[in-house]
Amino acid sequence: MNIAPRTSRLSTRRLDLVAGRVDLTHGAGGRAMQQLIEEIFRPAFDNPILARGNDQAAFDVAAGRMVMSTDCFVVSPLFFPGGDIGSLAVHGTVNDVAMSGARPLYLSAGFVIEEGFPLADLQRIAISMGEAARAAGVAVVTGDTKVVERGKADRLFVNTAGIGVVPTGVEISGDRARPGDAILISGTMGDHGVAIMAHRAGLEFETTIVSDSASLNGLVADMVAAVPTIRVLRDPTRGGLAATLNEICHQSGVGMRLDEAAIPIKPEVLGACELLGLDALNVANEGKLIAVVPAAEAARLLTVMRAHPLGRDATMIGDIIADPSRFVRMATRIGGERIVDWLAGEQLPRIC
Amino acid sequence: MKHLDEYRDAETAHRLAAAIHNEAADSGRRYRLMEFCGGHTHAIFRYGIEDLLPSNIEMVHGPGCPVCVLPTGRLDMAIRLAKRDGVILASYADMLRVPGSKGQSLMKARADGADIRMVYSTLDAVKLAEANPQREVIFFAIGFETTTPPTALAIETAAKKGLTNFSVFCNHVLTPSAIAAILEAPAVRELGTVEIDGFLGPAHVSVVIGSQPYEFFAEEYRKPVAISGFEPIDILQSILMLVRQLNEGRAEVENQYIRAVTRDGNVRAKQAVSRVFELRRDFEWRGLGHIPYSALRLKDEFAAFDAERRFDEPYIPSEGIKACECPAILRGAKKPTDCRLFGRACTPETPLGSCMVSSEGACAAYYTYGRMREPAQ
Ligand code: SF4
Repeated sequence: MNIAPRTSRLSTRRLDLVAGRVDLTHGAGGRAMQQLIEEIFRPAFDNPILARGNDQAAFDVAAGRMVMSTDCFVVSPLFFPGGDIGSLAVHGTVNDVAMSGARPLYLSAGFVIEEGFPLADLQRIAISMGEAARAAGVAVVTGDTKVVERGKADRLFVNTAGIGVVPTGVEISGDRARPGDAILISGTMGDHGVAIMAHRAGLEFETTIVSDSASLNGLVADMVAAVPTIRVLRDPTRGGLAATLNEICHQSGVGMRLDEAAIPIKPEVLGACELLGLDALNVANEGKLIAVVPAAEAARLLTVMRAHPLGRDATMIGDIIADPSRFVRMATRIGGERIVDWLAGEQLPRIC
Repeated sequence: MKHLDEYRDAETAHRLAAAIHNEAADSGRRYRLMEFCGGHTHAIFRYGIEDLLPSNIEMVHGPGCPVCVLPTGRLDMAIRLAKRDGVILASYADMLRVPGSKGQSLMKARADGADIRMVYSTLDAVKLAEANPQREVIFFAIGFETTTPPTALAIETAAKKGLTNFSVFCNHVLTPSAIAAILEAPAVRELGTVEIDGFLGPAHVSVVIGSQPYEFFAEEYRKPVAISGFEPIDILQSILMLVRQLNEGRAEVENQYIRAVTRDGNVRAKQAVSRVFELRRDFEWRGLGHIPYSALRLKDEFAAFDAERRFDEPYIPSEGIKACECPAILRGAKKPTDCRLFGRACTPETPLGSCMVSSEGACAAYYTYGRMREPAQ
């Protein structure tokens, strides 16, 4: 099912984008659905490929390696300080593609909408997606919409998939970290997860924390151009820095040694984590990346990262060591040592 | 939030560590200090505090983890309550994965269709009852003195609102009773304990009960007590206090956490607790056995809010997994790494005992923060 109109004028009465709600006819494949697409999605995503109105997007590709990624977004609340499910769905997939060193090109977008969802909110989210895509230099070129009965979904779920091309000579993968390499991060940890939790019913407390949700492909392009020998790039989303570093250790068969004092965490985030009984290193980010790079290139890469607005607070947090146990060890601020582990058990659900 | 940095300040930590070394390293004696509270155990591992201590200071982990000390039989009761028709069981998330008898857990009961909701406070459970007048909402109350006043207030709120579908499955237990049990109870002695030279008392408990209840132990058993906050600097300072007391032959209650703890505690909170609760004659603790007057139950006038009486649910004692060393660990007699299941069959993802589930359990602390200390197997 495509999201571009096949005919130009389907209904004389326009959607009520102020007080109207999505009903089951909007997902039934008929005129109402076409109207939803024409009045909400097409203007928001506006681009020539989508405008051709096919069930699939056709485009030329450059020679070389392509990457593809997909992600589902079920975040609650749908609107949060620093973003919404729409911008998050773009940033999330753009970043997953970019973490291979690739330049993201095209996205698809799928929507599962619960009956009764306000059209005004749907439009706001679609516009936010369109803006996020334009800002990241990618186009939403195909999509799908389904409406389910009340209670069969929670308001709105979004899926995006994306593809991109990897510049020649770039070979970035989670299994390439080697003992001696340096570990860099692009900024403060925990902002997104804490911003979401702060807005959750039942966990409300005063805070000025906004999500860091952002597309990192611009930063990655600068990094890869300057230091093509980057070995690993990863965005520490669900499970936070701790989970992502453990993943890299397992993929590469190495250990890590971190310096707690070097890991930037905003004081508000630290305070909120204290209240919630969380470790900021386990809390999700949506606009930060981890880079593993040969030690000799670390200083140069840091300079490049800090020159980009999304890498201003970039810093080196530790190095890769040989360790058959694949532990992420950390020298604590007070001079002790501990493991930084995956978070077991119930993570706070639906943060992305 | 400046205060957090202040209490984690590396320089202060090093100064305190140097002072501890000065006082303790050449004294020619050992210092076995029990941090009663699981929150302290976690802080000690999370900040790597043991790395800053001389080798003759040993931190012994105590039973102050409400999830850990709850005996399997009480968890089984909660599971049976949750499975009753029309019941919503409101529980803290920590409880859901604790193994009960016969491989049961609240998590499994939930997958089987029991309506079990995670809540963050007792008042959330009251709200749940208001929102579901057709259902029986039972709050699975656990905890030491810090969580008791909120439960008391929630019960009073429910009574004031005339709620008839709200009740509490009460498992509130008392810190001083547990310490006394470790120090003296013959039953616990038979089970095996370790000699303990001094105690680190949890500050948040003393915010409520004050420092006064510890004076008895200090005097009667000649054991120094330091009431300690939870930041690394607090803990180091309290360890220094205990070392000094022991070196000088003193056995007093000292208050490291003067920023919030007084001798008498929070009078209004204590009043709320005594309006609603009374002592239980007997309560079984995992690891410590039956301890008289070591837990609370609802007073008769609040019997309607007492899930045990309301549903007439009996307590059936039950043994946990045989090889699980939680009981000995909770007495301070063993360390998590003494358990042959630790890190093998038992991990935070596949917990076989409560000490591996709870965010305050000693096994979870060892595994999550300290397992690199283990020689490679
Ligand atoms: S490691 Fe597991 S089985 Fe062993 S004592 Fe701890 S909780 Fe019990």
